Amino acid sequence: MTFNLIPRLALFVLLLVGGTARAALTIDIVGGGERQIPVAVLPFASEDRLPQALTPVIAADLTRSGLFKMVETGGARVYEPTQVNYVDWRARGAEAIVIGTTATLPDGRTEIRFRLLDAVKQTQMTGFVYTVSPAQLRLTAHKIADVIYQALTGDVGVFATRIAYVVKQGKRYELQVSDSDGYGAQTVLASNEPIISPTWAPDGDRLAYVSFEDKKPVVYVQSLKSGDRRAVARFKGSNSAPGWSPDGKKLAVVLSMAGGSQIFVLDLAAGGMTRLMQSASIDTEPNYSPDGQWIMFTSDRGGSPQIYRVPAAGGPPQRMTFEGGYNVSARYSPDGRSLVFITRNDGRFNVAVQDIATRQVQVLTDGALDESPSFAPNGKMILYASEVAGRGVLAAVSSDGRVKQRLTSSSGDIREPAWGPLPRTQPK
Amino acid sequence: MIRKIALLAITGLLLAGCESTPTKEQEAAKVEERMPGQQPGAAEGAQAQPLQPGAVGANPLTDPASPLSRRSIYFDFDSFVIRPEHQSLIQAHSRYLKENAKAKVILQGNADERGSREYNLALGQKRADAVKRAMEVLGVQESQIESVSFGEEKPRAPGHDEASWAENRRADIVYQGE
Repeated sequence: MTFNLIPRLALFVLLLVGGTARAALTIDIVGGGERQIPVAVLPFASEDRLPQALTPVIAADLTRSGLFKMVETGGARVYEPTQVNYVDWRARGAEAIVIGTTATLPDGRTEIRFRLLDAVKQTQMTGFVYTVSPAQLRLTAHKIADVIYQALTGDVGVFATRIAYVVKQGKRYELQVSDSDGYGAQTVLASNEPIISPTWAPDGDRLAYVSFEDKKPVVYVQSLKSGDRRAVARFKGSNSAPGWSPDGKKLAVVLSMAGGSQIFVLDLAAGGMTRLMQSASIDTEPNYSPDGQWIMFTSDRGGSPQIYRVPAAGGPPQRMTFEGGYNVSARYSPDGRSLVFITRNDGRFNVAVQDIATRQVQVLTDGALDESPSFAPNGKMILYASEVAGRGVLAAVSSDGRVKQRLTSSSGDIREPAWGPLPRTQPK
Repeated sequence: MIRKIALLAITGLLLAGCESTPTKEQEAAKVEERMPGQQPGAAEGAQAQPLQPGAVGANPLTDPASPLSRRSIYFDFDSFVIRPEHQSLIQAHSRYLKENAKAKVILQGNADERGSREYNLALGQKRADAVKRAMEVLGVQESQIESVSFGEEKPRAPGHDEASWAENRRADIVYQGE
């Protein structure tokens, strides 16, 4: 173990100190929102002297969301509100203007000030100051993009979040975590056996996943900060499909030790577990509702795989999906009002969303083998795994179907994506 | 008289105590030499005969002439029913397990690649469980069998067509220690 650790640590160090961060994933965008808000993001003062410039990251984030259109700035050097020629920017089509300054402090940290200006009303909408270390520059750019996104759309931004996914190259599997734009990928686990079903704990630090390193599926929980990991379900038979409770204290899993595939709930803190239901069918893919009251799951108790939900405290399950003969992999939206799932549609496996109250279904994708859908924590985008020309790629689609993104790895097949939670510390 | 005998006995014990450590090691070495199969004469006996399939000493689990070397049971699409043509194979392995109470098997279930990975893990589990149940019905102890699933994660056939999918709808019998 120690011998394998050293080259991996060396790789870690290379990724962290690399001057310009290189994307392990590249993202292409297709389509756009119903309306794209025109924004002028002007270069911040002295940002070209920083190891990481901020406005290219901000502009890329906003563009990638499909909801904004960047207005050409022509390299304008405007840093303070008094310097802004609002009429000129309105004439160029901008509705909002982003300006800012950067300064390196004696202790090596950087002070960043930014303002979001309303080009029509000619007022400041919002503005913040950040004092950060050089290593946090990229994250700060994402946080600024989140502030702009929220101010202009009313929705919480997710640019400062992370995603987890599995890369397979030959016989090698790596569980990786990267920024939501694909940068800064770090390997959490490298293995010669498959890794599936990574899922984020609400604290944004722990990941649960299924590893086949013991020559059978076993559920592990690993802390990203410390790297500590432990097998939380290694019972006789197969152990899989982890799903966190919203308080992070419980983990629903699927075990075969009692026969078949049945859902159990592990109490991670106190130890012990309870069996959620007893059935003669396959019950799998447990997913807690955001309020912790329900567990949604896949079951073939009706003769074909469909989505059901059951009270988390136990009780009679209710069927959720009624269209089509194969509905699996359901996840609640962050507001608990809809679910995303995979439906088999004329031989193709596609991502669909269903409104829980109205039962209305909208199919969002048209790939052949789409799987593993995961909501962004603001409920606006869905990340999933797809296949293009025989290669595993990640893709994202907005929950209304209009914006589409494709994320390709520089090497290998990517699969099993999971979108991480909002950062715990919100900007002040 | 008794005191002299006692003294001798005690002295004897003491002497024995002093020598016990080297003696014990020699005895241990001797015990290792006396392992079955290594008795003088037996090795020479096996070497004298030419090796033939099914000869004494061949491992029936890997002997190509023995049905026990066949380890895969195939399933129809969306099915966990063991087809009649596989019954004799299950009977052969069940007989071996009953005759070798210390032998253990892992039954590995597999599914083709279409659909959810976790649902396919459960389908593979159903296939492994079907073989396990068939063996238990024939009298194999539950403690000798563990049934697990690889789902779609370790396909034997890498293609994306029906022939590959059929090859992957499979349960394999693997003996512990292989």
